[in-house]
Amino acid sequence: MLRRTTPAAWFGFTVIVLYALTALFAPLIAPYGQTEVVSPVPYGPWSAQFLFGTDQLGRDIFSRLIYAARNTIAISLAATLLTFAIGTTLGIVSAVLGGVADVVISRIVDAIMALPQLIVILVMLSVVGSSVVNLIIVIGIADATNVFRLSRSVAMNVAVMDFVEDAKVRGESLTWIVFHEVLPNILSTLVAEFGMRFCFVVLTISALSFLGLGIQPPTADWGSMVRENATLISYGDVTPLLPAAAIALLAIGVNFAVDWFLHYASGLRDDQ
Amino acid sequence: MTNEDGLLSISGLKIEAETPDGWQPIVNGVSLTLRKGEVLGLIGESGAGKSTVGLAAMGFTRPGCRIAGGRIVFDGIDLMDLPQSQLRALRGARIAYVAQSAALAFNPAHRIIDQTIETAVLDMGVPRAEARRNALGLFAQLQLPDPEQLARRYPHQVSGGQLQRAMTAMAMTCRPDLIIFDEPTTALDVTTQVEVLAAIRKAVQEHGTAAIYITHDLAVVSQMADRIMVLRNGVEVEEAPTRQMLAAPRQDYTKSLWSVRHLHKPAAPREDVILDMRDVGAAYGKFRVLDGITLSVPRGRTLAVVGESGSGKSTLARVVSGLLRPEQGEVLFKGAALPPTVDRRSREQLRQIQLVYQSADTALNPRQRVRDLVGRRLELYFRMKGREKERRIGELLDLVELGAKYMDRFPGELSGGQKQRVSIARALAAKPELMICDEITSALDQIIQGEILKLLMRLQQETGVTYLFITHDIATVRAIADEVVVMNRGRIVQQGPKDSVLSPPYPPYTDRLLASVPEIDPDWLTRLLARRQEAG
Repeated sequence: MLRRTTPAAWFGFTVIVLYALTALFAPLIAPYGQTEVVSPVPYGPWSAQFLFGTDQLGRDIFSRLIYAARNTIAISLAATLLTFAIGTTLGIVSAVLGGVADVVISRIVDAIMALPQLIVILVMLSVVGSSVVNLIIVIGIADATNVFRLSRSVAMNVAVMDFVEDAKVRGESLTWIVFHEVLPNILSTLVAEFGMRFCFVVLTISALSFLGLGIQPPTADWGSMVRENATLISYGDVTPLLPAAAIALLAIGVNFAVDWFLHYASGLRDDQ
Repeated sequence: MTNEDGLLSISGLKIEAETPDGWQPIVNGVSLTLRKGEVLGLIGESGAGKSTVGLAAMGFTRPGCRIAGGRIVFDGIDLMDLPQSQLRALRGARIAYVAQSAALAFNPAHRIIDQTIETAVLDMGVPRAEARRNALGLFAQLQLPDPEQLARRYPHQVSGGQLQRAMTAMAMTCRPDLIIFDEPTTALDVTTQVEVLAAIRKAVQEHGTAAIYITHDLAVVSQMADRIMVLRNGVEVEEAPTRQMLAAPRQDYTKSLWSVRHLHKPAAPREDVILDMRDVGAAYGKFRVLDGITLSVPRGRTLAVVGESGSGKSTLARVVSGLLRPEQGEVLFKGAALPPTVDRRSREQLRQIQLVYQSADTALNPRQRVRDLVGRRLELYFRMKGREKERRIGELLDLVELGAKYMDRFPGELSGGQKQRVSIARALAAKPELMICDEITSALDQIIQGEILKLLMRLQQETGVTYLFITHDIATVRAIADEVVVMNRGRIVQQGPKDSVLSPPYPPYTDRLLASVPEIDPDWLTRLLARRQEAG
């Protein structure tokens, strides 16, 4: 299976593993706590003691970057999983049932999609208030529209196959048809989409945090870290770009891995 | 080439395919020669390497395959040494290819005429208007109705038989020296097949085009070919002029190919009725597909429903299995009215009627192992679990002559015949009283067809199951049926015991259907066409 792995894929996997380890073992790696004020000097310069300097409150930026990996990735992962649970289920149900059920679900989704996604999320968040759980649920619902559209269109091709008809004729429940007959056949597409969606959710959360509605201070998060230290840009300091780079690197790594997976999955299908 | 009128000569051709275990030979030392204007039939079961040899005649191999040895010389040109660019120029212009499924070979986004003349205009530099005129001439020659109109249509707007002829016209526009026909009529029903065969034969003869005709159907190849070559497992079995081969096949394998069509089951009289349809009508939207269907299926026997595509025979199966709600009439199963749709039927009613599909490729979920495909019905209908279920799956696989060792295979790891056996085992798992077989042998080659039919007959003797057998193939009907229903345009034309339906006098439609079934006799098509001409 690993025989055909490309260098880009290796790069992607390495990045993902490094991020995962960082997120898991954040307290062991980070020299200081994420909310700990360690220096009386705000915006302290890079030094041996504070690797990437300190922020506006005198907290260690290196430590906060590491903790942010944990916060951002965990919340994004949870939101993406929710997105897929909702989107995929509804998408396949729509494709299998067809008719009125399909029309009703699809029009509701169209209505949500007609509005710019970030605005939908901002409005919903300002109604329910910004907590971690609310953030996950709101993003999960708003982003599920995209997954719904994808899984519905892929599932359409599977739902017309004779084996789905056979399942209906032998008396299977809708749940069985959705999860046992259709889902396994569209899984590779969904896994690839999962990687992409995950990146978008990371970006959405960072954008929300940058706007002040995402992960709330003092919890460290890459998006809010960019905003907090944005002033430094005017002084020619690259520090605010570090959390941005962290987001970019993760997005690239995940995409390389996903590309490889798609290629591998489609190659597998050719053999059959 | 020493032979003056030799067009194609292949010698010692070896082709290998890439597998996880390295390169495996799929064609092993095939040699053939073809003179100008000659038609060679390549015949064999699926996997024999017929298509691979056919493609190699154009200097082409499928992805994942390579030519490992031998020589391919076309009109003095060694195709193995030719650079790709010149090979491409040769294909289409001097060697053309007609694929099995014209529906897949045509681009649905372009008009038929544009695709037909594309090679002529782009590669040969023929002026557009002239190419168009030629193509329309070919359409007419291939007996396509109203060529002008047809040319402007998109591929989905014409029938399968017309599209197959349009594709032959496409292959002939550049006046190629050689055309490779790869099962061009396999996907068509018998009455359409006759039209296409006659059109192809006439066009090829008139233009003096040489052809390689690939098929698994002996009756078809004997109409088309001057010589026949039998292939098996990538090796030549024998080669002879058509008449000689038909009269006296030398090899046992060839004889076995010939004998398949002679399966014949004596019809048994009916004792008891299991399924009764009374004046059933059905429609898709406003389009009526079934009208006044009244028939009864005798228990423990086989009722064959025959007709060409569009006759409503598959719709009949959908009504019985509860997938389509009939608009009128009633269906009685063992004397009791059967609810019209699947979701109103009890699990017990669903269990008793099982459906086996034409294409096992789409009927078996590719992500489930044989174990799960067969075992699911045991769980669902008999609540079997663990070892008991395991044992029963093994029994069922033995029953369809597969064996328990296939339990952990995915459908993709099985051959076409094996997949159909799994489908049958899956239906048997429910211990059904009525099995609806919807064209279950039509996607298989002759030898496998024979094996599956024998299997079905044995299963009927052992379990007493009733078959509602839907087919367009009269040979299959002869082999398996007790009673026959002939359908045309949603209505029953004729019904009764097999022997009375299949012997004269016939109603006109049955006559046309029976006459269209190719016979293994090189003069059959000529005779049929002459007879039709007389009839006017």
